[in-house]
Amino acid sequence: MEATATATATTPTPAPTTPRILEREPLVLNNRSYSWITNRICGIIENKQPGLWWLLFIPSVMLTGVMAFGFVYLISTGVGVWGQQQPVAWAWDITNFVFWIGIGHAGTLISAILFLTRQKWRTSVNRAAEAMTIFAVMCAGVYPMFHVGRVWMVWFLAPVPNANAIWQNFKSPLLWDVFAVSTYFSVSVVFWYIGLVPDLATLRDRCKAGLKKRLYGMFALGWRGANRHWSHYETAYMLLAALSTPLVLSVHSVVSFDFATSVVPGWHTTIFPPYFVAGAIFGGFAMVLTLMIPARKIYGLQDLITPKHIDNMAKIILLTGTIVGYAYCMELFMAYYSANPYEGAAFLLRTGHSGSWPYYYAMFFCNVIAPQIFWFRWARHNMIAVMIVCMFVNAGMWYERYVIIVTTLEVHMTPGAWRYFEATWVDNWTFIGTFGFFMMNFLLFLRFLPVIAIGEVKGVLPQSNPHYDPNAEKGVQEEDLMNYPDRHVAKPATV
Amino acid sequence: MSTTLKRVHGYLAEFDSVHDLYHAAEHVRDAGYQRWDCHSPFPIHGLDAAMGVKRSKLPWIVFFGGMAGTTTAFLLQYVTQNLIYPTVVQAKPTVGVWALPAWFPVMFELTVLFSAFTTLFALLAIIGLPRLNHPIFASTRFAKFSDDAFFVCIEARDPKFTQEGTKAFLEKIGGKHVELVEDDI
Repeated sequence: MEATATATATTPTPAPTTPRILEREPLVLNNRSYSWITNRICGIIENKQPGLWWLLFIPSVMLTGVMAFGFVYLISTGVGVWGQQQPVAWAWDITNFVFWIGIGHAGTLISAILFLTRQKWRTSVNRAAEAMTIFAVMCAGVYPMFHVGRVWMVWFLAPVPNANAIWQNFKSPLLWDVFAVSTYFSVSVVFWYIGLVPDLATLRDRCKAGLKKRLYGMFALGWRGANRHWSHYETAYMLLAALSTPLVLSVHSVVSFDFATSVVPGWHTTIFPPYFVAGAIFGGFAMVLTLMIPARKIYGLQDLITPKHIDNMAKIILLTGTIVGYAYCMELFMAYYSANPYEGAAFLLRTGHSGSWPYYYAMFFCNVIAPQIFWFRWARHNMIAVMIVCMFVNAGMWYERYVIIVTTLEVHMTPGAWRYFEATWVDNWTFIGTFGFFMMNFLLFLRFLPVIAIGEVKGVLPQSNPHYDPNAEKGVQEEDLMNYPDRHVAKPATV
Repeated sequence: MSTTLKRVHGYLAEFDSVHDLYHAAEHVRDAGYQRWDCHSPFPIHGLDAAMGVKRSKLPWIVFFGGMAGTTTAFLLQYVTQNLIYPTVVQAKPTVGVWALPAWFPVMFELTVLFSAFTTLFALLAIIGLPRLNHPIFASTRFAKFSDDAFFVCIEARDPKFTQEGTKAFLEKIGGKHVELVEDDI
């Protein structure tokens, strides 16, 4: 450094060169104005939906009916219509519960953890991801509810006085789960709703007088964008983010306690809480991308959900997928290193000696191998590649829960009691039905509520900084960056 | 029967950009006005200081809300597990402090649950929402506050408010379309 400095000093005054400015990629492309953002996002709700919306919505409603039929059939006939029998007492229902609850976690990660870490790119995706969280938790919640067998007795899970004077066992992780999941759902709804209030006011102000205006107006609570309100509002938002962050980590940790506190070989491990949380975030991000990549294309939101956003989420998938891969390998290692014959046997069976071994390798490929392609920038920027990997991850995370729950119980302890699980048509169609329920809710959300947080996106524009000089040169636009060899280096200011 | 009587709510001035609103807020603050506010489509970083707004007291309220949650969870578990209905299962300690670690998850969850609802309701109580209407909505220009317009409104109940003086002041600091906002009585 010193040598360079001296060399510069002795050179006879070179012409001043403009330093290349390292500029961040803009979060909103093409220097869009505030009203462009309002029009584009509100336009989704105010205009007619594209034909594709109906093409997805009608089957989703029908599948929701299938789900409802599945549960009605279960109640009216008996729990035997599901495939579980001893020793597999937890089967698709608990697999699906863990699968759906995990999907929700990406929404909370985006809305809470990325908010606390000041990741401003979250603003374009947080609304949809939070909506996804709520719908996923709804899909998750129905499974344990029906798993109890007599669904009309499900209120026994709540600690309320009853005629039998029975109280819950608070030392049981199953009861912790009741508290964790119901708290998670309630807090997610509150967080989502508080975020929605200013955007509902935008919708209210654009409506003609009528029922719509009344409804949006009622839910907007009379919001008038006053800074004395924003001041408290931002504090409230931050508090909710700070509360949701440990909450989301606790929810999947508690879900993992359902397994980890048991004495079943293959479940009784301390690695479960972090392993489950990483897996949940991993699977959730895949679902966020599965929903948002088509949505941004269909509704023309490419300037708001940019390749940069997809790139960031793909990186998170790569990171969490690799953590999950580490957990898989560590499980195998500990099974060997613990020298516990039952633990060792559980993993030998899981990885090859039991008839269900293909699930293990499907899980390993989908969750650990497939996301590795995201080390390459072209893969993170190729929407088709991203979608394919996300589909692998969506499937892989279901396999993971199936492997942990079902393939462990099938060959649990006494070989005389072993029995392979076979899913019935009720298992299959109820699960497919929950996808319909999830999609139906998400499509209704797209139809009636702003899919992107309008106010928050406006807040990250460069002109929203009070020290932004309106006469300054405009930021370098995406088109220019695309033609430049290194995208992260903007052109010299003089060009 | 409608009446023609109106009550003056205040003066509303529009500003073109965040930059203009920010500097206008500094001027209004320095002029010593008390009952006034800025209206914007999104929260503006640093505007609290420019307006002289103090830090929100909300975290204190939420702290007590959260503590109420912890206490509720502790009592719920202590009373049911120790006093009313001791469950002797799982070879785990049933009574006394030895069972405490098993109660942590529920104590944590209820702390978060109570805190979140305290945040919601305390926020609404502090900012005085929901309300069905507000005089400021009488201005037709004001509907743009939720799109791309920035406003300063100085209310008539401010001790320094005068019809001529405040209007001239808002025009001097760069306010556009300064209008008198009136409320039907």
